[in-house]
Amino acid sequence: MPAEFIRILIGLVAVAVSVGLIGLVMVWVERKVAGHIQRRPGPYEVGPNGVLQPLADALKLVGKQLFMPDGADPILYWLAPVLSFIPVLLLFLPLPVGDGLMALDINLGLLLILAFAGLTVLSLLLGGWASNNKYGLLGAARAVAQSVAYEIPLLLSVLAVSFVAGSLNLAEVVKGQGTWPWNWNIMTQPLAFLIYIVSALGETNRAPFDLPEAESELTAGFHTEYSGMGFGLFFLAEYANMVVVCSVATALFLGGWQGPVLPGPVWFVLKVSLLMLLMVFFRWTYPRVRFDQLLTINWKWLMPLAVLNLLATSFFVKLAQFTEVRW
Amino acid sequence: MLQNAYPDQIAGDFYTENFAKKAAEGSLILNLGPQHPSTHGVLRVVVELDGEYILRAEPVLGYLHRMHEKMAEVKTAAQFIPNMGRVDYGQALGWNWAFVGAVEKLGGIEVPERAEYVRVITSELNRIASHLLWWGAYLLDLGAFTPIMYAFDDREKILDILQIPTGSRLTYSYFRIGGVASDLNEDCVRRIREFIPWMRSRLPMYKDLVSDNIILRKRIEGIGVIEPDVCQRYGATGPVARGSGIACDLRKTEDYSVFRKLDFIAPTSELKDARGRYDVRMIEMEQSLNIIEQCLDMMPEGEVLVKGAPKPSWKAPKGESYFAVEGARGKIGVHLVSDGGKNLYRCKLRAPGYCNLSLFAEVSQGTILADAVAILGSLDLIIPEIDR
Amino acid sequence: MNAIKEALKNVSDLWSLMVGLKVTGRYFREPQRTVRYPWKALSNTDTYKGHLELVGGMKDPFKPRCISCGMCALACPSNCLTVVKRKAPKPTPEEEKALAEAKERGEKPKDKTPKDPEKFIYDFSLCSLCGTCMENCPAGALQFSGNIYMAGYSRNDFLFDLVVKMRESEAASPAEPAAAPAATSEA
Repeated sequence: MPAEFIRILIGLVAVAVSVGLIGLVMVWVERKVAGHIQRRPGPYEVGPNGVLQPLADALKLVGKQLFMPDGADPILYWLAPVLSFIPVLLLFLPLPVGDGLMALDINLGLLLILAFAGLTVLSLLLGGWASNNKYGLLGAARAVAQSVAYEIPLLLSVLAVSFVAGSLNLAEVVKGQGTWPWNWNIMTQPLAFLIYIVSALGETNRAPFDLPEAESELTAGFHTEYSGMGFGLFFLAEYANMVVVCSVATALFLGGWQGPVLPGPVWFVLKVSLLMLLMVFFRWTYPRVRFDQLLTINWKWLMPLAVLNLLATSFFVKLAQFTEVRW
Repeated sequence: MLQNAYPDQIAGDFYTENFAKKAAEGSLILNLGPQHPSTHGVLRVVVELDGEYILRAEPVLGYLHRMHEKMAEVKTAAQFIPNMGRVDYGQALGWNWAFVGAVEKLGGIEVPERAEYVRVITSELNRIASHLLWWGAYLLDLGAFTPIMYAFDDREKILDILQIPTGSRLTYSYFRIGGVASDLNEDCVRRIREFIPWMRSRLPMYKDLVSDNIILRKRIEGIGVIEPDVCQRYGATGPVARGSGIACDLRKTEDYSVFRKLDFIAPTSELKDARGRYDVRMIEMEQSLNIIEQCLDMMPEGEVLVKGAPKPSWKAPKGESYFAVEGARGKIGVHLVSDGGKNLYRCKLRAPGYCNLSLFAEVSQGTILADAVAILGSLDLIIPEIDR
Repeated sequence: MNAIKEALKNVSDLWSLMVGLKVTGRYFREPQRTVRYPWKALSNTDTYKGHLELVGGMKDPFKPRCISCGMCALACPSNCLTVVKRKAPKPTPEEEKALAEAKERGEKPKDKTPKDPEKFIYDFSLCSLCGTCMENCPAGALQFSGNIYMAGYSRNDFLFDLVVKMRESEAASPAEPAAAPAATSEA
């Protein structure tokens, strides 16, 4: 199937370009929003309103010396940032930006995303462990415990939606929803949406769940020792991961590309940006939770709720099948 | 699970080595500091970790030692005042006052009444500024990035006001032996009067943004419980002691200056934890506003510096004196000994932060690393003051 | 039962998170509080007391009022002042002539040694801006300047001769007193 192959290739290139671009834009947005929340302008010197500031920062990061601490494992140490970035490219492939506008139209798109998202934690573990730094080690330990724990409610909440839609293909899930907000899955699955958003914050290590890099405790956690582009890749991967979880949330809960008047991709981007903005607001509003609380939230709240939600969903889905009433 | 991963690298300096000798099997020795984001300067805490639990902690001091006490012995009393602005950058005027008060006691110098009021107003403003700084920095420790910006917004207003009489923004040397350097002018008084309602309107916002926030409450409630007897054993004062339910505000108990004429409360909290200390400081800000308001109304006209105030060449009479004021962090005490010579014979500075820090080792035992940071922050440490 | 109550309370407390978002959301829309510093001047610098400067005399604002008594240098806690007194000047031929004429008229020759200092060396890197020197100056010849814009590349950049500085300000004076380095409008 050369056509399929070419499609994936084009998709990969487009993804690689857009990940870089989104990363830059997100850094700018985050700093600008943070600035305005804190009643300061944020970056404004480089380019109009500082839009070129992330580019300047990226150039600076590229130009910096790559530093490796004494006693670090060189292979693992340099593998980690690369490993954190590569899976992110794959995560973008099955995302339906518009009707038929996706790089990889497979039935198991959702599964692919969840599987490769799990790889990110490996890179955090390697990065923290290989850098021969105690803070890094603690950060890595935290990252593993956190990411592994939060993947479960994430998975369960996603499953509830795919039960309703009857498919793991994101495009199918989107097509199962309507144009208007009351036709979206968020109306039938509000609890799953909440669980998803909270777990997504935990999964992407965003504040208030940014414990692996909690700078007031662990200086910078797993990436304490990384400089230059090593750090830059971790940074970029974090933002790319954010985009992925927000895109998945949009596709699953917010009707994906569906929306009145405007063309599909515009709606998709709009919804994703709104979710991202929300995540940015969270970060600049809340204190950080403690590590045991983080796990308490997960195991004692999100997990049971997600399981209950899943059971209830499957019950109603079966009920609907029996009575043949579409709901 | 976490092994003492790098046994060959344990051999650090003297403190780490000594500390590591008593380390339990399989524990991790970690240096928090001297350069660490949550130690507010160059405090170093050596901790022994079992996973994330702290088995032992030991603060290591001296990275910012500047020999203030020795410098007092090579300068005349009046020449030493600039040093007092630099001991504690949070509340410089508290230290100004403690030293000046001690010299006045030694020399039997009367202070004009207006000067007393000016001292109260400026040092209470400085206390609010200090608490705002603590508030922002503490929440930064707890991972909230925005509050410090809001706190600094208000703090800037105070600094602008204090800049009018003192001419500087952080390290004031404003008090003089026998009064203060300059009077509060009309512009300054007007701005203070404008500031009071503004600050009162800001405090509910602080409450909404963080004090009531569930995440913050979970972070500080029940964390770092300091029993009153621990406070007394280590000599903790100020909000730390009051947060443990000990009513020990020098403004109430020692009755110095004009505080007995003022109507205010020294808040205490029975919670004994980080939340208690947090609440005490938040209420103290309100009370300081009350004090300032009353002082502005009661302030008489007159001189602010006594006639014939001591010049730099003034020799303190032979004797000893001790004077303490209630600073933002606790009891600031200055003990002077003079042999009648040109310079003071000895000057002992009692820094509240030093005593408050000393109980950290006991309190932090068995807590999680993140809690230790929360406890350390709730003690409101200013490292230059601890090391002097 | 208690556990359930506690759990429900936790859930209801989650509302505080929304309150927090409301606060940050409100400030997000409000105007900024910072000054775009290099492009706009700060507005609160007029009461700031910067480095020392000499006060000019009543008649000539660029002739220091200082009488070279050295009290300031004595009083200074950090020894950052050095006052160099002027030596009696050698009379020029004209002055000698005038002196001789005055003598002829029977006037007593006045001590022409100017009291103002030849050099007034001020090490700003040591100064702690406490104001002790000013308070101990019998002539009131010292004051704080409002200059907050001071930067240098080396320690020596902060070693001034205040007399020279005064002369410089005289030279620059026709074009209005020391122009602020930044634009004057406030943010």
